Amino acid sequence: MAIMTNTENEILPPPSERSTVIGWLVNNFFSPWYNALLSLIVARLLFVLLKGGLTWAFTDARWAVVPNNMRLYLVGQYPSAVEGQIDYIWRLGLCVYLLSAVIGFTWGVYAKRKEPVGFVLLGIPVVLAFIPLLYAVFSTLENAPKTNEAFATALQILGIDLIALTAFWLGKWRGARLQRYALMLWILYFPVMLLIINGVGEEFEVLDAPLAVIPTRFWGGLLLSLLLAVSGIVFSFPIGVTLALGRQSRLPIIRSLSIIYIEFIRGVPLISLLFMGQVMLNLFIPGDVTLDRVIRAMVPITLFSAAYLAENVRGGLQSISQGQYEAAHAVGLNGFQTMTFIILPQALRAVIPVMVGQFISLFKDTTLVSIVGMVDLMGIAKGVLANPAYVGTQREVYLFISVFYFIFSYALSYTSHRLEIVLGVGER
Amino acid sequence: MQNKNTSDPIIICRDIHKWYGEFHALRGVDMEVQIGEVIVIFGPSGSGKSTFIRTINRLEEHQRGQIIVDGIELTRDVRNIEAVRKDTGMVFQQFNLFPHLSVMQNITLSPLLVHKWSKDKAEKIAMQLLERVGIPEQAKKFPGQLSGGQQQRVAIARALAMQPKIMLFDEPTSALDPEMIKEVLDVMTELAESGMTMLVVTHEMGFARAVANRLFFFDEGNIIESGNPEDIYNNPQKDRTKLFLSQILQH
Repeated sequence: MAIMTNTENEILPPPSERSTVIGWLVNNFFSPWYNALLSLIVARLLFVLLKGGLTWAFTDARWAVVPNNMRLYLVGQYPSAVEGQIDYIWRLGLCVYLLSAVIGFTWGVYAKRKEPVGFVLLGIPVVLAFIPLLYAVFSTLENAPKTNEAFATALQILGIDLIALTAFWLGKWRGARLQRYALMLWILYFPVMLLIINGVGEEFEVLDAPLAVIPTRFWGGLLLSLLLAVSGIVFSFPIGVTLALGRQSRLPIIRSLSIIYIEFIRGVPLISLLFMGQVMLNLFIPGDVTLDRVIRAMVPITLFSAAYLAENVRGGLQSISQGQYEAAHAVGLNGFQTMTFIILPQALRAVIPVMVGQFISLFKDTTLVSIVGMVDLMGIAKGVLANPAYVGTQREVYLFISVFYFIFSYALSYTSHRLEIVLGVGER
Repeated sequence: MQNKNTSDPIIICRDIHKWYGEFHALRGVDMEVQIGEVIVIFGPSGSGKSTFIRTINRLEEHQRGQIIVDGIELTRDVRNIEAVRKDTGMVFQQFNLFPHLSVMQNITLSPLLVHKWSKDKAEKIAMQLLERVGIPEQAKKFPGQLSGGQQQRVAIARALAMQPKIMLFDEPTSALDPEMIKEVLDVMTELAESGMTMLVVTHEMGFARAVANRLFFFDEGNIIESGNPEDIYNNPQKDRTKLFLSQILQH
């Protein structure tokens, strides 16, 4: 019985390791001696490898090609203020503001605890706001913006945070009662955004109105890349899920149609689908209607992504045990209810990591549209490089647009990781 | 033996046959169950006892014979199948709770969707059921956070939430640790005493002896022997039953 006595004192605290910078360095890099040796060798190697690149970046590189064409990278030829005309870019700014409002609102409605993502997201505009200021103060380039202009830009960028926070508190104030509105806002956002970007009525070259139509041939840069990626993700998701269910269907016609579609699309490279979209899609449309060329790029990207998504979702469906179907049937659910409430929620949650991986690759695959003559971010990069003033700046330009692709891809990956934690993927 | 109302059987099975490919799993099972009866089915693995109990709510399709549950014959007709499933609750060996839903949602899902109850009513009845199975404090948890015994009790509550006339138990304690078996059997005993019609596939002979009205011994896809628990226990007629009982009771 001696063991049973004094139990409270028997419970030992976990060993505490005091960590200092030096201690951490020693633990991780310099102990025992052969690790120290390896660390030194690796450090030397890194130095040799990076020296050239860093030297180039800080001495030879002609970075002017980046800020001088910033507007092109972001929005392409989206019409700017020429004499007597309106700078239509405010419409894109409005879309960004609306997006931040929707995100902030959703956050406020669903938030249960402080999410580190929130601070990261709020931090991005703060960091971005400093860039024009720093640029105005320190730049030696001749066409650098004046300080007061840069200040206005910075304020506009900070407005994103202001709107997001306002919407956040609005959502938090009313809480769970507004949940259904959050979903509706997201569903509404996409068409509203397209409407704002596209405009209504006459074309802007004819009619000098704030909401005049801006034809898609003026859409470009990051704007076009993101539009193609988002529409691909939004539309391929329901199509992909439907195809996955179709492939499992007991009805032979539906099943074989799904299989034929999936296998055909997966057997063809995206670039050939894009060419088909540009030259063939109009043949399928009756009458004189010509599909817009942005839509002719959206369709193949969506169809391509849907085929891959279908296979991912099918993997998720197969991971659900037969017992789940049986339990659902046993409590009286019909086939549709079983799928909607029991099987799909579990299957989709299981494939979040794969799906996000696919969405990331879809985002990067949109660069292929530059081959069929569209000016997405990659197309703009090519265009800028064709300008005689910027001959020989391939390294700067491609490095810069890589940073853009990286930021958006990583943001997607990080968000999905948080989503997995919130939904408890792999835990229950 | 309690002699209940023998006029109107709630379950009628006549000459049930079932094949898995070439394998003849059920070979002409006949059974009639009265309202309020507790039936225990036992037998060696592969004897068709689970298959049989699963034909009663059409998780398995029978290929020959006739099954009538509460006046509704099970055919290919989906409406009949759904009607029978509304009247029968089922508890599985592996619990089969919905892992993405909380305990409360597991129980209320079907009443909300199938019976179209209001959320308040469904949750109120779910809480009553959770109290009946002894775990009202777990309502907000997820199945993965519960012990096996607790999960099985939630599964019983989920089945009862449909307010079924018949409860089917397919080896409800076989996947449980010994100390958790009792908590589940206690709930089942209470349920039997409340007058529920129950079909239980189990090897818990203590439970069978205390609660069952009739015992059925299955082997090779058919009923070998049936009768009241004391008779089968103390005086089995068939050698196969004797052998099996001696094997499961020797320890």
